[in-house]
Amino acid sequence: MQSAFLILESGERFQGKLPEWVSGDFFGEVVFNTGMVGYVEAMTDPSYRGQILTFTYPLIGNYGVPDVSEWESDSIHTAGVIVSTASSTFQHRNATSSFLDWCEKNQVPVLMDVDTRALAKTLSRNGVVAGVISTKEEPPKEFVDINKRHLVKEVSISKPKLIGEEGPIVVAVDCGMKKNIMRHLLELPIRILQVPFDYDFTNEEYDAVFISNGPGDPAMCKETVGILKKELNGDKPIFGICLGSQIMAQAIGAKTYKLPFGHRAQNHACIEEGAERCYLTSQNHGFAIDEESLPDDWQVMYRNLNDQTVQGIKHKTKPFFSVQFHPEAGPGPVDTAFLFEKFYKMIEEEVGK
Amino acid sequence: MNSDFKNESDLSTSSLQCSGRDDAKNIIPGTDNVIPSSDSVIPSDDNVIPSVVEGSEIKKVLLLGSGGLRISQAGEFDYSGSQAIKALQEEGVEVVLVNPNIATVQTDDHMADKVYLQPLNVPTVAKIITDENPDAILLSFGGQTALNLGLELEEQGILAKNKVKVLGSSVETIRLAEDRALFKAEIEKINVKTAKSFCVDTVEEALKAAQEIGFPLMMRSGFSLGGLGSGIVHDIATLETNVRATLHAAPHVLIEECLIGWSEFEYEIVRDCVGNTITVCNMENFDAIGVHTGESIVIAPSQTLDNKEYHFLREIAVKVANHFNIIGECNIQYAYNAKTGDYRVIEINPRLSRSSALASKATGYPLAFVAAKLALGLKLHEIKNSVTQKTCAFFEPALDYLVVKIPRWDTHKLKAAERRIGTEMKSVGEVMAIGRSFPEALQKAVGMLNIGVTNLSDYQNEITDLNAEIKNPTDRRIFALYQYFLKGGSVDQVAEWTNIHPWFLHPIKQIADFEKSFPSTSIDKETLLRAKQLGFSDKTLARLKGVSAQEFRQMRLSNDVVPYVKQIDTLAGEFEAQTNYLYMTYHADRHDIEPSKTSATVVLGSGPYSIGSSVEFDWCAVNTARTLKRLGESPIMINSNPETVSTDYDESDRLYFEQLTFERVQDIAGFENLKGIIVSVGGQAANNLALPLHNEGYKIIGTSPVNIDQAEDRSKFSSLLNELNIDQPDWVSATSLDNARNFAEKVGYPVLVRPSFVLSGAAMNVAYSEQELVQFITEASSVSPDHPVVISDFIMDAKELEIDGVAQNGEIVIYAMSEHVENAGVHSGDATIVLPPQKLYLETIRRTKKIARKIVKALNISGPFNMQLIAKDNAIKVIECNLRASRSFPFASKVTNHNFIEIATEVIMDHYTHRHYETLDLDYVGVKTPQFSYTRLKGANPVAHVEMASTGEVACLGEDWLDAFYRSWQATEVSIPRKRLFISIGNTDKKLKLLPYLQELDRKGWDLYTTTGTHDFLARNGVASSHVYKASDGLNPNTTDLIKHHDVDLIINIPRRHNQQPQEQVSDGFLIRRLAIDHHIPLVTNFQIAQAMLQALIEEYDKGVHDVKSWQEFVGAGSLGN
Repeated sequence: MQSAFLILESGERFQGKLPEWVSGDFFGEVVFNTGMVGYVEAMTDPSYRGQILTFTYPLIGNYGVPDVSEWESDSIHTAGVIVSTASSTFQHRNATSSFLDWCEKNQVPVLMDVDTRALAKTLSRNGVVAGVISTKEEPPKEFVDINKRHLVKEVSISKPKLIGEEGPIVVAVDCGMKKNIMRHLLELPIRILQVPFDYDFTNEEYDAVFISNGPGDPAMCKETVGILKKELNGDKPIFGICLGSQIMAQAIGAKTYKLPFGHRAQNHACIEEGAERCYLTSQNHGFAIDEESLPDDWQVMYRNLNDQTVQGIKHKTKPFFSVQFHPEAGPGPVDTAFLFEKFYKMIEEEVGK
Repeated sequence: MNSDFKNESDLSTSSLQCSGRDDAKNIIPGTDNVIPSSDSVIPSDDNVIPSVVEGSEIKKVLLLGSGGLRISQAGEFDYSGSQAIKALQEEGVEVVLVNPNIATVQTDDHMADKVYLQPLNVPTVAKIITDENPDAILLSFGGQTALNLGLELEEQGILAKNKVKVLGSSVETIRLAEDRALFKAEIEKINVKTAKSFCVDTVEEALKAAQEIGFPLMMRSGFSLGGLGSGIVHDIATLETNVRATLHAAPHVLIEECLIGWSEFEYEIVRDCVGNTITVCNMENFDAIGVHTGESIVIAPSQTLDNKEYHFLREIAVKVANHFNIIGECNIQYAYNAKTGDYRVIEINPRLSRSSALASKATGYPLAFVAAKLALGLKLHEIKNSVTQKTCAFFEPALDYLVVKIPRWDTHKLKAAERRIGTEMKSVGEVMAIGRSFPEALQKAVGMLNIGVTNLSDYQNEITDLNAEIKNPTDRRIFALYQYFLKGGSVDQVAEWTNIHPWFLHPIKQIADFEKSFPSTSIDKETLLRAKQLGFSDKTLARLKGVSAQEFRQMRLSNDVVPYVKQIDTLAGEFEAQTNYLYMTYHADRHDIEPSKTSATVVLGSGPYSIGSSVEFDWCAVNTARTLKRLGESPIMINSNPETVSTDYDESDRLYFEQLTFERVQDIAGFENLKGIIVSVGGQAANNLALPLHNEGYKIIGTSPVNIDQAEDRSKFSSLLNELNIDQPDWVSATSLDNARNFAEKVGYPVLVRPSFVLSGAAMNVAYSEQELVQFITEASSVSPDHPVVISDFIMDAKELEIDGVAQNGEIVIYAMSEHVENAGVHSGDATIVLPPQKLYLETIRRTKKIARKIVKALNISGPFNMQLIAKDNAIKVIECNLRASRSFPFASKVTNHNFIEIATEVIMDHYTHRHYETLDLDYVGVKTPQFSYTRLKGANPVAHVEMASTGEVACLGEDWLDAFYRSWQATEVSIPRKRLFISIGNTDKKLKLLPYLQELDRKGWDLYTTTGTHDFLARNGVASSHVYKASDGLNPNTTDLIKHHDVDLIINIPRRHNQQPQEQVSDGFLIRRLAIDHHIPLVTNFQIAQAMLQALIEEYDKGVHDVKSWQEFVGAGSLGN
């Protein structure tokens, strides 16, 4: 173990320890997640691309790490991880590796023994900032702003592929799609045409469109927004999740803005607009849709009960909707998995026409 | 909904029978009260059970409490009831509370609008319903007692007749959840798995079921409270015996698949009337299935489940809550096989429970408060998160710490009770520790137990057979595990023996390994921090290094190794919260908060409930904090017991859920800006810190710790009494056996023997002969100058009295005198107490007062005190004096209607203005009766003696002493359905004294059953009784069958002497008493109580339940002082 630090661009410094193998500085946007389980899912979620993720739950690694088939993508996307205690032992029937070995193998630095509660409080008070994990006590001359990178491009696929034997075709625009979304979609009797974020599918044969989650600022996804704008002229069902929801917003001419410290948790309450029905949702986003800017033919579908931010929008007449939270869970509660069913019902209707 | 409501009465007839076979299908009129959503999203389950509640027209609610504290039903229901009252009143609802537990906060005058200190039985509550005419009733805040009583009220049509609605989960829901067979049938409809199980009504059916399932199997009784009558059965013979025994107490028995080796998890569910559902907390048992969850160490949140498993079980919880149409709180327990991922739902509890209290304290989510609001028809998103004040109650708390709960047992205090723990609950209380690593929280919890250990390392008693205590869990298995690891044992071995998840075992081994290496490690900041993060106390570390604890503390502080204060905010820091709910951790490098701005007053709470320290001290702590607030002071509460009201964070300005150890109190006092510390309201544990804290320079508010010591130290107190010319029983601190013998010869037998408790764990005893004296002393420990044994003269046939009071600068401000019904020799905690005294001579009262004044003056008492005295003929002797609030403070306060704690707090904070109080001349009488838990302590001898054994108490007010006595006795949840009395009296003079009563009962049509001696005596005196043989006679009819067949309704069995020799445990008397307990037949073993009881049967029994007055009606009419 070596003594090391997390230094924030805003000036705060948090002390911790790094495994011996780590050397060099690791830059990223420092965020925190309050989930008590799901560290593997979170770290392999492409939406965390380039971020230094702080776990507020103090014991990480308790159940080890399963093999890649259980992950949310094929690699770790976080630029670094901050924990209080990394479990030195693990025992679980699905585990193939310890948490620390896994991080070492993937060359992801784990800063341990950090007062993660103090760090989370700092981030929630001051907002998300750039930071660096380093063995040096002095702050670097310059911090790296990951939002200048085209993060979606880094995590999207390179060419389209068709999955499935029969059934209606759903175009799934991959902006860094979590595997659990794919698992949910594949439970439906459909075929999936998985396409890169900038692939113009509008001239191909398909029945519905899905836009995935992904990292960073929706403003970086101009290509996707442009393609979606064309699509919105039609009547085929469209469903977006997380970044997909923000892309939807941009495509319909609404605005998005950056939240002070984002929502990264598994316990965010959403209420269905105009009803008394509440859902517990898993969330992981730094941007939100500006309600005021919604066009007249669109409406709010779900709202966050904590800060009233928009969590879902839908078209008043056409089968278009998107949600900011993660109905596919992984990690998190599965209360809203019914949205995939809802999407399928729209597809059935569309195909039936 | 009305049509559904009607179905209830159909249902009630069949419900208590085993099979919901009859018509389980009819029970659920396929209604969905699940809500309108524009999408068809709801976990729509068309079999949802209907609710009957429309909250809006509810103006007045009857709330049922849980009665006296007992094993499996402790102070957690004071917490839940108190929160319910606050929630209901916030909604403008009038609350009428029935609860004979006088020592609770919920029965205080500023809580419910009206309080009935009356028995929780059908006739009494039915009368209250007629008198009060409430709109609705709440059944889910008073434990199993309230739930069962609610079901009875409903079955007898009392609720329907009086148009009283059941709020929250409906009676159907309760019944389906509570009756195992119905539950199983119901839950299988939604494809949720439960253990293979057969419900049987006869031994033959049980044997058949056993054939299907195979041994080992699990046996359970329905409607059980804490798993009574449950256990693992390995063979046919045992099954036969146990089933037979259980069928006497329960309508049916369940024979189930045995899930030994599986892990156990719980989720606490909250659901509103439109179907919004959350799980507030999940918990993982340290001990595998086979150890009752109330007996297990519990960790929250779960530690070994991954994301999928966590949410898989959560999803089932939500599905079940929806199906059963839970409204409010529900707990679900799972068996989980970590090797296969398979699960079984063990049970659900559609009410607040011990687990929900723990979950509430563990997360900061006020479960009972929210559940009460939901019962009124509010929805989750309409209720505010009282911690953040910004967010709402629809969320699941995110913890950034973990908690460890450890049960507190007192099995060693109860003679012959087994130490083994298993599927039945035996623990009397629990502690909860908060930390940021498992070792930190675990060791912290160990140090909270108030058993003389500060962490795993300093358990003093030698465990001779470690392997046996690990394999067959006892109340000290955690210490056995630790010692096993110290000796080099392996995690794998333990995991194989115990099925405890290795994730929990590795850290314990880590702690042991550290202990082994620590003595030779040089001390630097790094090592010290590591040691503290592993949860070691300064005391232990000092011992390992051979320095004093205070020296070590200084060394630690100079290395800047200190614990940091963290907040519990329910959202892991995500939203800024002004929470005052705090704990300390070494896994941090900065405080969440600043020291309090105004200079604050620390109130030390009581720690875990145990025999001798129960809910009364929580009442004292809460009333102290409330008074401090009212006086404009700033109270800081420290307590470690999750089953309390004092750990509700709205009761004080700051709440430290922390250890009440010398070390931790110093840590907190060192951090905060303090006016001083109040040690006199948390019972003996808090009181013990007075002198050490004083010696370290901390200000103790109230009587000077030097004077406290003078009262606590037996020699010092004795000399003081001599100086004051006050009589006391002769005593000696014997340092050798000869010493003891000589003393006993001088004063004459019997003598009271009090061994050094900490060392031996042995109990007090009365020796009637030299042989016994020698035996007790050698049993207890070796006598030596370091470990003297206190021997005192045991005075026979004397009356015992108590004074509870408050003094200011050596002058009594208020006092209340009470008398014990039992003669001296019964521990004051086990005695039946009458206030004001009814049978004392005025002369005795006058003399007692004078003695009290002298002592109060001499000790210069400022604050609460309690004195115990014995009176025989005209002589009064002082037994002890405690310069703190006593067990009987709430009783004295509520009977006299003068809050002694409030007065004491005003006095010690210098806010007191003189007033006059009337406490002797009242128009009514209060009687306090102990609540025992012998049913749960297999093999314990149910005779009150010098060592306290009761786990709680109840009290009732009455027009006269007999009225109060009889009500109070019934309030311990016993009743005499028919006029059949078994009586067996040892001594002839006692037989003679009881004769007139028995003659009268004979005239009044009672059937008397007697064994030979009593039978012949009665026959000679013209009283007919049915003769039964003693068990040892081996003839029929005999006492055993009489009791087993419930052919008798009350048993009076007076042993010849107070104590029982081990060899007498198998005596006929013991058998009768034990059988009475095991078959739930009321039992009286004390002569004075027998007298009172017979008198009550003569004068009160035939009246039935007549007048039922609320506490307010009594004291309003009676307190002349105001």
